[in-house]
Amino acid sequence: MALNAEESGRLAGLLSEHAERVTQRWTEIATGSLRGRLSQAELRRQVQELHRSMVEAGRNGVFDLESESAGELRAVLAELSRGRARQGFTATETAVSVYAVKDVLLELMEADGGDASLRDYVAFSSLVDQMGLFTFESFVRTREGLIADQAEQLLELSTPVVKIWEGVVAVPLVGTLDSARAQVVMERLLQTLVDTGSPYAIIDITGVPAVDTQVAQHILKTVVAARLMGADCIISGIRPQIAQTIVALGIEFGDIATKASLADALRHVLRLSGAANARRPPRRES
Amino acid sequence: MTAGIDLGHPQAQAIQSDQDVVRVRQLIRTVAVAARLSLVDQTKLVTAASELARNTLIYGGGGEAEVTTVDNGLRRGVRIVFADDGPGIVDLGLALTDGYTTGGGLGLGLSGARRLVDEFDIVTGAGQGTRITVTKWSR
Amino acid sequence: MERVPVLKIGDILLVSIQLDMSDQTAIQLQDDLAERIVATGCHGVIIDITALDIVDSFVGRMLSTIASISKVLDAETVVVGMRPAVAITLVELGLSLNGIRTALNVERGMELIAATRPDDQGYDVDDEADDETTATT
Repeated sequence: MALNAEESGRLAGLLSEHAERVTQRWTEIATGSLRGRLSQAELRRQVQELHRSMVEAGRNGVFDLESESAGELRAVLAELSRGRARQGFTATETAVSVYAVKDVLLELMEADGGDASLRDYVAFSSLVDQMGLFTFESFVRTREGLIADQAEQLLELSTPVVKIWEGVVAVPLVGTLDSARAQVVMERLLQTLVDTGSPYAIIDITGVPAVDTQVAQHILKTVVAARLMGADCIISGIRPQIAQTIVALGIEFGDIATKASLADALRHVLRLSGAANARRPPRRES
Repeated sequence: MTAGIDLGHPQAQAIQSDQDVVRVRQLIRTVAVAARLSLVDQTKLVTAASELARNTLIYGGGGEAEVTTVDNGLRRGVRIVFADDGPGIVDLGLALTDGYTTGGGLGLGLSGARRLVDEFDIVTGAGQGTRITVTKWSR
Repeated sequence: MERVPVLKIGDILLVSIQLDMSDQTAIQLQDDLAERIVATGCHGVIIDITALDIVDSFVGRMLSTIASISKVLDAETVVVGMRPAVAITLVELGLSLNGIRTALNVERGMELIAATRPDDQGYDVDDEADDETTATT
């Protein structure tokens, strides 16, 4: 894939000799695919940067995208892909901005027409392909990062932990519980116990359609962790199917209190914490 | 884009005394914070490091911990290598069993530490010393 | 070597662990506490671990041992202020801290001790009351 020292020298020469024309044409060809969603000046700046780092890499002898001397070029390509991915361009639109240099090189080398320049073109072309693939990879990575961030934000939103009585907090869980979400719930619930100084927590799973072994384990671990901290957990709203799953999976709920509904769970907690608390209305936080 | 390339220079801490175990914990905490591990992951990693450092001291007769920040392209992580030239572990399967101990502890050091990290690798044998590599990745 | 201070507040000994203890410091604390329980005749021990950012199996074992020793010396031990991340890690580690009573904070810990030793509330101890106390503990 790599260009040998002579080839890369010729590539650098070709690109720097016609610098103005190369960046001009490159920008023009790339513009076509972006349909005016990126300003001409911005695109021109990106193309110039790519051009400059390609020339630099070419002058450093053997041109290999994975080598140390091409570090600058890789950085420029990665930066380009990151920017485009964030701005909502497609992978193709991004890669075409890199592939456009092939057309420019073809235009420059066609004039020569000899066998030698044909071989050069094939070599240059495969290098540009490699650059394109690199761009594509960085693009995908950025997008994956964005998706992961959004998933995390969604998690935060979907797991409210509320204080429902003096000394009692509740987490109403709604929707499918996967392992990642169960973990977030666990951490937030325990933190709320500390912040509010509440010795009781109710985990209400009325809105959870199904649990698997992993999720059940997470709930169990939460209960054990809360106990270690000095708080008690009650699980409420277990649906019949879930009860069957729990038994079928052989999960031991042991001495964990389970109640049919959130209201039952609250009543149970108030009885535990003594009649005094039940009679006294919740203290208002100032 | 090789998986798990090293970033930055590895930092080493000798484990020759009780106080060194404390220093290992503090070093790992600093590196884990810099690698932006979540609070729970930091806590798990430091706890695992504490167990393993104590093992290195008690069973390995002292050794060294070396910590590096790693990157697999998607996530950052912290990798620690605990190495000693002690007698090594003869029956690894048994040593990794919960509750098994030769040192009078709770027998959760090795098996517990393994549960707290994402990757756990151990190279040992009778008379060959012990080398344990653990990695925790950011979520 | 550093030492963890043990404070006496009324009938309770309060230990607030503020530093990253070496194993030696932990063992020292175990010894100090046993001596202070006997010397002061306190019936409650509160160990505040709010400042601890990890509890490994060694510290876990120390806490269990302290709880057992104080039980023998007729004192109730409550560990308070465990951080969520520490609790999650302990569960994963497989350490259950059997026999240790826990509370969210010092205040709740004191309530817990008061609730488990209602007989200690009155100070006019005559022979009969003394008999009751021994019967319930």
